[in-house]
Amino acid sequence: MANLPDYHWPPMGKRRVMGKPMNRLDGIAKSSGAAKYNSDVKPEGMLFGALLTSPHAHAKVKAIDTSAAQKLNGVEAVRVVANPGTEVQWAGAEIAFVAARTEEIANDAIRLIKVDYEVLPHLVSEEDLSKTGNRARAVGEQVTGDPEKAFKEADAVSEGHYGIPVLTHCCLEPHGQTIAVKGDHIEYFPSTQNVYGIATDIGRALNIPVSNVHVHMDYMGGGFGSKFPADVWGVEAAKMSQSSGGKPVKMFLDRATELSIAGNRPSIFANVKTAAKRDGTITAWESQTWSTGGIGGGNVNGQLFPYVFNKVPNRRVNHTAVSVNAGGARAWRAPIHPQVCFVTCSALEDLAAKLNMDPLEMFVKNLNYTARADLYKFQFDKAAELMEWKKNWHPRGDSGSGPVKRGLGLALGTWGGAGHFSTCKTTIHPDASVEVELATQDLGTGSRTMVAMIAAETFGLPVSAIKVKIGDNSYPNSGGSGGSTTSGGITSSTRKSSMNALQKLFEVVAQSLNVTADELEAVDGRIRVKGNPDRGMSFQQAAQKLGVNSISEMGENNPRQAPQEGLNTGGTGGVQMADVSVDTETGIVKMNRIVAVQDCGLVVNPKTAESQVFGACIMSVCGALYEERIMDQQTGRVLNPDMEFYKLAGIGDIGEIIVHMDIREENDRRGVIGLGEPCAIGGLAAIANAVANAIGVRVPRVPLTPARVLAALERRTA
Amino acid sequence: MSFKQDPEKHKKPKSNFSRRGFLQGVGISSGALTTGILETQAEAQTGAKVEGPGEVPITLEINGKPVRVNVEPRTTLLDTLRHRLELTAAKRVCDRGTCGACTVIIDGKVMYSCSVLAIDAQGRQIQTLEGLSQNGRPHAVSQAFTNNDAQQCGYCTPGFVMAAKGFLDRNPNPTYAEVKQGLGGNLCRCGTYMGVRKAVLEAAQAMKGAQNG
Amino acid sequence: MQPFEYAHPSSLHEALALLGTQWGEADVLAGGTDQISLMKEFLHTPKRVVNIKGIKELGGIRHSGQGLRIGATVTFDELASNQAVHSEYPSLVSAVMGVSSPQIRNMGTVGGDLCQRPRCWYFRRGFGLLAMQNGKSLVPNGDNRYHAIFGGGPAYFVSPSSLGPALVALGAKVKLVSSSGSRTVDVAKFFVAPQNESSRETALLPNEILTEIEVPPARGVKNATYEVRQKEALDWPLVAAAVALQMQGQTVGKARIVLGHVAPTPWIAAQAEQALAGKSLTGDTIEQVAQAAAAGAQPLSENGYKVQLTRVAVKRALLAASGKA
Repeated sequence: MANLPDYHWPPMGKRRVMGKPMNRLDGIAKSSGAAKYNSDVKPEGMLFGALLTSPHAHAKVKAIDTSAAQKLNGVEAVRVVANPGTEVQWAGAEIAFVAARTEEIANDAIRLIKVDYEVLPHLVSEEDLSKTGNRARAVGEQVTGDPEKAFKEADAVSEGHYGIPVLTHCCLEPHGQTIAVKGDHIEYFPSTQNVYGIATDIGRALNIPVSNVHVHMDYMGGGFGSKFPADVWGVEAAKMSQSSGGKPVKMFLDRATELSIAGNRPSIFANVKTAAKRDGTITAWESQTWSTGGIGGGNVNGQLFPYVFNKVPNRRVNHTAVSVNAGGARAWRAPIHPQVCFVTCSALEDLAAKLNMDPLEMFVKNLNYTARADLYKFQFDKAAELMEWKKNWHPRGDSGSGPVKRGLGLALGTWGGAGHFSTCKTTIHPDASVEVELATQDLGTGSRTMVAMIAAETFGLPVSAIKVKIGDNSYPNSGGSGGSTTSGGITSSTRKSSMNALQKLFEVVAQSLNVTADELEAVDGRIRVKGNPDRGMSFQQAAQKLGVNSISEMGENNPRQAPQEGLNTGGTGGVQMADVSVDTETGIVKMNRIVAVQDCGLVVNPKTAESQVFGACIMSVCGALYEERIMDQQTGRVLNPDMEFYKLAGIGDIGEIIVHMDIREENDRRGVIGLGEPCAIGGLAAIANAVANAIGVRVPRVPLTPARVLAALERRTA
Repeated sequence: MSFKQDPEKHKKPKSNFSRRGFLQGVGISSGALTTGILETQAEAQTGAKVEGPGEVPITLEINGKPVRVNVEPRTTLLDTLRHRLELTAAKRVCDRGTCGACTVIIDGKVMYSCSVLAIDAQGRQIQTLEGLSQNGRPHAVSQAFTNNDAQQCGYCTPGFVMAAKGFLDRNPNPTYAEVKQGLGGNLCRCGTYMGVRKAVLEAAQAMKGAQNG
Repeated sequence: MQPFEYAHPSSLHEALALLGTQWGEADVLAGGTDQISLMKEFLHTPKRVVNIKGIKELGGIRHSGQGLRIGATVTFDELASNQAVHSEYPSLVSAVMGVSSPQIRNMGTVGGDLCQRPRCWYFRRGFGLLAMQNGKSLVPNGDNRYHAIFGGGPAYFVSPSSLGPALVALGAKVKLVSSSGSRTVDVAKFFVAPQNESSRETALLPNEILTEIEVPPARGVKNATYEVRQKEALDWPLVAAAVALQMQGQTVGKARIVLGHVAPTPWIAAQAEQALAGKSLTGDTIEQVAQAAAAGAQPLSENGYKVQLTRVAVKRALLAASGKA
């Protein structure tokens, strides 16, 4: 048996494809409209689904009458999911589904369904903890060191209240799918982050073996953590397909439902007390936090406080989970990190202001409380240089006499991002075409392109020579795209399957070159003898030697072995700085600049990596300035389940963004690390800190709307 | 969501408004009745054609070609493109004239196809993203979006490309500041605006080059 | 949307004959930017939709010594692109350009801007124009961050019209035509704060069509609109102010100062107008006028900030009008 190939990434200086900015392979398909999303597919005979949802935040279904809907011409299936006796726990909860020949008929039918509710009391807001009554549940206290003593002995103590509301993912392609169930076979076209795993989910719900479930998805229009399960709408669409004799049923949520029930990011409200020595050394942290993620409350891992600086010796951390009658939380880019980062970095910036200290200096001074002091030091230095921090920073509130005040802020973040379980199959055909197959998905992160780049690098071929097949569960199992685990997983499995296939090709070729397989290398479209570049043959000629057979080899990334293999790892750091201008007459915050310095180990495609960071910074602007789910306690409804008052930044609202990918030998050596989450953490806190720096007072609650900024300014004056 | 209360419901119709044509169509929105219910008083009085509420045949000029399709008057241009004509580049996102994902160009102007009735789009030149590529070659704007990675998930991209095309048709030499102002009718959730800005400037150059050459 | 009959008349006469006498019978369709959404939300469930865009006489902008005549179906884009409007009515241009979506400017019409329904989220979620539940308005105890600070109820929504404040300030009139005749109404009187759930927020009757807007000549009238909007991209103003100042040399003769997005109608800031009349536009005067503009405001629990924004909007509109912005 031949030796195992050396899977290690080629050294930084020797890569021809990896590390070079490259256009995403599906770019033209997307920008020319040719890309078919699963909300675009229309298989023969497709029915349109529609959903009736609860108008009440808390109610018991007493009776439901679907007879008129059933009689409507063109209706093919009606399914009730909230039968009499069902208690619905949030407005927007699924009551009944209809499938019909046209979408218009389906919607007409929905309106013909009569539901009699017994309305029950509800709670939809958690912000005022005193009004949450028995819906609040203390999760418990964690104490490290002796916080009381530390506060007593501190040179400075700062106290503050901070709040970050529930956000909704607002995926542009709503949740949903087109699905056909014929006999015991399922053809499933979901919008999902989980092409492989979702087959099991739907199969289980319909009691159909997963081997009979075919999932296919070429493109998906945004998930951000919210699109893993098959969901009620998937299962019910499947059952409607079943009952209509196997016709495909398309059931995607409308925008209002999408924003009400298809996932959200939990809130955190916090009262924080911090202490420091005169020189800026943080000595104690105390936080009381509460949050909601829906009916189940909202838990926060207390170990995360204070964020990144979590070796602060004296800590008291309390959390209360509040259950509310509103749609449930789902994972969102770096679950809970942006919130904890916001609370921490705001409180620490306030502490620095109390000490009349530059927060940059204070953050750097305390880096020994973090897991990776050197990394953050380097990144803060780099960001400060790009932001011209020394030149542009001023003490809090000391920002000139005009109505427009400028300020700078900063924050830092961390994430794991090691590769998930992933298997991959690489095939070399006798005509020299190369196929890479794995059941992963490209959420827009550029994973499809990354796979091609890895294979191209491995084979010494141009990227165009690689055919990437993803988005289908008939390919080898690869994990769902969550937690920034995809990049590490798929690059490693692709590397290994491709190296394994190449090794097989080497074995075929070695004989004719009169060498052993391990003396060969694949470079520039040739298979050649190491150290003797003239001795070899083209990849084409090599492949021809396969005769009528092809080589198909598997590769696997197993998170348990990955650390030894070194292809991917976890643990990233990043810092972000923000530069804002605040019109103190209107309270309007304008972004001038964001600087993001981000490590993600080995960067496969700097172009799409940079895009990830740009996007994360923009999402941070949205969260800092514009977006929040607004609940109405009287009616129990979401008041802004639309894109008019659920505000997102537009192209003119984001200022300039400077991204510095922290590509250095020492980071690169660690292997590939996922990027989606880590860059989405610090921006919001940096912006909030910049505003405090600009106007001389903390605006405790984001988004920093004119109303909140003006209120804070008024308090300062008072 | 379908739980909206009907603010009109408490009002009793008292007028002698002719509802004969309408009542024939109630509940038969599926198009079981298509045309032929037009003998309303109004038509008798004025000669103005009253169509629907069932499906009616219409002709749309899409990407330079006439397309015949049957739609109910209430069906939007966006839903007609997507559901009946397999033209799915325009996306349904907010469906309320806010996000721009459904942007098409009608008679040379960018518009939200979610807020145009298909029946009302007759007689107007409708351009969708599918019509921009020429002989299989992507349009300069599409190419520039790819070159500048002005897309991630890509769901807002078709609308953005059309908005950019419409913008550049009116303003072939935009400044960076004008680009930021001129595309205020489109939203992206992944955060691709930095790439979009660069793409629009690059496309402007490319389109000029194409004209000169 | 509920099914409806559709008509696309080519004359005003035909169009009027197609209207009903009660709301809910027939709706007029022009730009569609609001009408289609209202129907999608089942807030409007007309049995017939009458498209008036094909009626030639409702289009076109005419400028003469008598002032400006704007056809109801003139789009925002057409209005903003008109040279005469640019030179004489900058307050209209900035109001239009405040709608920062080119798509909406290409679709939306001036008539539609005046007739669009409020964006109040209780109204849009189906709780009615006055947002009444169990005989009580939901607004005072609800989330009223975007609601009115003037008027005192029972209507708390704000007039969403972009042009309304500027047109009121300029003394414009609208022409409302029905089969039985036509009437001309001051834009200031066209907007009405409804007192009960069955009324509407404009003077328009179900059998009428708003056909045109007449704006008096504004040569020598310094006019400007300033909108406070949080976003650069498409976003509703939080507060807007339009001013039209008849100058007598260096002093202001008659001043019109009209606020937007603070009341169920464009809101005439009478005290501010008085404070400005006969004065010259100095910094101090502008400051005093801005303070006076917020007189009588009755903010709700969440919209006190609009009082401050009112002052700023008036100040900045005056600065713009005086060429000092």
